[in-house]
Order: sequence, then structure tokens, then C-alpha cells
Amino acid sequence: MGTRAEEEEEEAGGSREEKIEISPLHVRKRSMLSQILAGILVNSVYEMRNYPIVLVNTVLSPLSFLLLITFVSRGALLGEAVEGGLIMSMFSAGMSLQADLSHLKNDFKLQDMVVSSPTPWFSYVTGIAASEIVYSLPALVVLGILAAYFVHTTEFGVVELLLVLFLMFLTSIALGYTFATLSSDIVQSFAFSRLLSTLFSTIPPVYYPITYIPLPFRYLAYLSPTTYAAELAQNATGYLSLQRFMILFDWVVLIGVTAVLLGIATKKARWREA
Amino acid sequence: MTKIYSGKRESKALDSVSFSIPSNGIFVLIGRNGSGKTTLVRILSTELEPTSGEVFINGIDVKNEPDKLRERIAIVPQEARAIPWMTPTQTVLSYLLWRGFSYGEAKRRALDTLGKLGLGRHANSLNRTLSGGNKRKVLVATVLASEAEIIFLDEPTTGLDPISRREFWSLLKEIGQRRFTFLTTHYLEEAEELGDRIGVLDRGRLVSLGTLDELRQRVNYNYSMKLSRGVPLPHVTRGEVVEGRDGTRVLTTEEEAFAISRELSRGGYKFTINPISLDDIFFYLANRGADQVGN
Repeated sequence: MGTRAEEEEEEAGGSREEKIEISPLHVRKRSMLSQILAGILVNSVYEMRNYPIVLVNTVLSPLSFLLLITFVSRGALLGEAVEGGLIMSMFSAGMSLQADLSHLKNDFKLQDMVVSSPTPWFSYVTGIAASEIVYSLPALVVLGILAAYFVHTTEFGVVELLLVLFLMFLTSIALGYTFATLSSDIVQSFAFSRLLSTLFSTIPPVYYPITYIPLPFRYLAYLSPTTYAAELAQNATGYLSLQRFMILFDWVVLIGVTAVLLGIATKKARWREA
Repeated sequence: MTKIYSGKRESKALDSVSFSIPSNGIFVLIGRNGSGKTTLVRILSTELEPTSGEVFINGIDVKNEPDKLRERIAIVPQEARAIPWMTPTQTVLSYLLWRGFSYGEAKRRALDTLGKLGLGRHANSLNRTLSGGNKRKVLVATVLASEAEIIFLDEPTTGLDPISRREFWSLLKEIGQRRFTFLTTHYLEEAEELGDRIGVLDRGRLVSLGTLDELRQRVNYNYSMKLSRGVPLPHVTRGEVVEGRDGTRVLTTEEEAFAISRELSRGGYKFTINPISLDDIFFYLANRGADQVGN
């Protein structure tokens, strides 16, 4: 795109190397896809490309639990553990949003730069949220390959599993965003992020069937949305046999929790500070 | 415009600030730490809502039409840092993508602007490997590569060494020739060097506004004397005495300055005497705090 400054310089026969190009003001047609792509590039692609060690880290975390559960169960819980790894990856991806938003805002003032630009709140958050999925792709690919080999289900079961994973991601994104509005520095953010990831994806019966938990404690597990997600995933792939009522109940709880948390996050969203 | 931060301890960051300036050249806002500079910039750049009052930039209501204004502005906030795991090209490119440019155009503009700022050689190095001055240049490049016609730079040279700062000034002057640049600083020599117009903010109040010459005229004295600690303060009949941590500053007339210097020389005391600078004007105005600005 030629600018007025360039044209003037060319007409004058002068060199434009010395000058800084200034575009004339015009209200542009702005691409939302570009805005979302910016978030993905900054928060995942560039980081992975420039610091490849993060790739190893993202793969290792869900696989470490998977290996532990598989070895301890002598291979009996491999399928459940693979599903657990997928749920944990999706949940942790969403929870990372909290620390990343806080990091970009407080440590680099990037969000302040973006607020004072034509970027809408939705594009910014969607881009950073999508980046979390991209960041988890190495782990998801490895787990996906393992699932293709060791988890046997119908086409409907696959769709059900994907839907559960998507809802898990939305839930954790909403939680992550809400907590990002509460924390003001990176140490606090990482603490929140780790705490919630542990509470929701490591302690609950995500990597193993809920029946392994003794009864009085089993009810506590139902406080976590990941328990419902794991039950549905395990039911869809034949590792657990739920009654029709329980399947419906789990879906209602999972969708309801996701909707409520997204509602809270949207209400909390404040692009401009008061 | 007034801004009150609510919380456990309510604090008034801006107190009835009112001014009008033409949106061209470089406007420099000076003030001590905590004087309200950043709050004012954050309100003008639509990051923060004022508690009361009206703000217009080129006819656009900052409070009620932020989206319209955001099409035309760009900011490098105070304490902004170039993300260490990115290169200058990636930094500028991603900012332009956020502004809605296509990937191709964003990349072309990024490389073009970095080249013009002398960063072409470092375009693909990681930001963390760049010098402090170049890291700042990368941030300025982001807003410069955009189509924004108004640029806010909040203390862009803080932390730079004196040589890098002076190099940076020539870049800022060039930007100011083409876009309205609203710059804050607590370096008075920076304001003196760059400001087409200068505003003095002190404890949330705009105590003076004008060109450097206009500000000079508001001070009734034309000489500044600095006396080290321990030097007995001579009798000053016409002038202003400001006690500071590192000594005493006397703003006075030429005749009085001559008389005082003769007295101090006789006693063998050390002192400096100079024509009045922005530094002195700032101390004078901030000390009085009464020279309130209208439009």
C-alpha cells in the first residue's frame, strides 16, 4: 500500500530511506482473524518457535500422570489414563489463560497497548484462548495417537468425547479469565493457576474411575466439573457404564457449570479500567 | 477532569485538570513521580475512565466514544517491555495484526519501520539480546508502524543512559514532525529539548502550560543560583528561595544574583549561577502551585 508520504517523496525525487513512514489517517477495514492470529502468534507460536524447550514441557506434564497410572495399574487403566490426559490437557490449557493474560498485562503492559487500539475485547481474549490450545497441541497429538491405538469406541463416542473436551476447555477458559481479573501479579497468577489445575484435574478421578474413591470422599469429587467430564468420557468409551439418568445429569451439570462460568467471565470483562 | 482512585485509601490522582492544546507537534507533560502524568495519559488513551469531567481529542469524546478514538491513537505505556521470546519483527508484526492489518501488510510495514529506525540488523534477533535503547526503539516501532495519528509515549526514555536518551530524542523529534506526540517525562532537559508545548503537573494539578518561552515569562526571575549544602544563605531581597535535598536554589534577578555571588565569593563559598532553565521553572511553579491554567 503506497502512502501519501511515499508518493510525495517519490514526486520530489528524494530518498525515502531517511524518513519514517507515516500513513495518512483512514478508517480501515480491520480483520478479526488477524486480531485472533496475533494472540496465537504472541502467546504460543513465537514462544514455541523461539524457545523449543516449552514443547517438551507441554508434552511431559499430562504424560507423566498417564505413565504413573498405567504403571501402578499394570496397564489396566491405560485407556482411562489416556482420556484423563486429554481432559487434563484441555483443562490446563484453559487455566493457563489466567496466568498468561496476567503476565502479558502486568509484566509487559501489552494489554494496555492493545486496549488503546482498535482491537475489541472479544478478539483479544479469543486469540489468547486459542493460543492455549495451540500450545497444548504437541500433548494433544501424542495423546490422540495413544487414544487411537488404545481407546476403542464408536463414532458417536468420539463425538461425545470431543464435546466433553470442548466443554472442559470452555469451563477452564471462563475460570481462568475470571481469576485473571482478580490477580495483579505473575506470582499470584501462577499460584492460582497451579492450585486450580491440581484441584480440578489431578485430585478428582480424571485418570481413573470414580469407583476407586472410597464412598464418603466420592461425593467430594462431584464438586469438580472434571469429574462429570471424566465420567462421560469413560462412559462414551466403555470404561464405565452409567445409567441413562446419570448420563443426562452429567451433561446438564457440565453444560450448566460452563454456561454459568462463561456468564460470570463475561460480566467480569472490563476492557477499560474504572 | 478529575480522577479519584477508590479503595481502602481514596486518593485524588487528578484534581480538576483543564486544558486545551493543538494536536500537532510534541506536547510534553512534566511532573514528579506520582504527580498524575500516567493517570492523565491512561485516561486520554482510553485505558482508564475519569471520575468526572469531559475529555475530547480532535472532537472525539474520549469517555463516550472510545472505539472511535482507538482507530486514531497508539500508546507505549510506562514500563512496557518488549517480550523477550519474540524478535523485533514479530513484536511489530503482531501489534499490527491486533490493529487489524493483514499478515502481508503487517510484515511489510514491520520490516520497513524497523529498517528506518536502524533496527534492520536486529530484526530477527530475540528482543532479550538487544540493548536497552534498542528494546525501547522496538516498542516505539510498533506504534510508528501503525496508522495512528496521535501517539502517547509515557516516559519512553526512563532508565536509558544519557547517550541512548539523546539518540532517542532525535527519533522522537522526527515522529513529532508528522504525528501529534503526547509525551510524559520527569527529565526536564527532555521537555526543554523536545516540547513544542509543555505542561507542568504537580500533585494532580496542572500548574502551568505553554511554550518554553511562555513558561519562562511566568517566572519573574532570570537567573538561578545553586548553593551547596552548608553554604550560608545570603540575604535575598528580590527572589525565590527553594530548599532542596542537595542544597538551596535561589531564583533571582541579574542584579541580585550579582550581589549574592559577590558576597559568597568573598566568603570563599562554592556556588553555580546560570540563566533560568526549565528545571528552575518547574521548581518555581511546583513550589507555588498557584499558576492555574485555563484554556
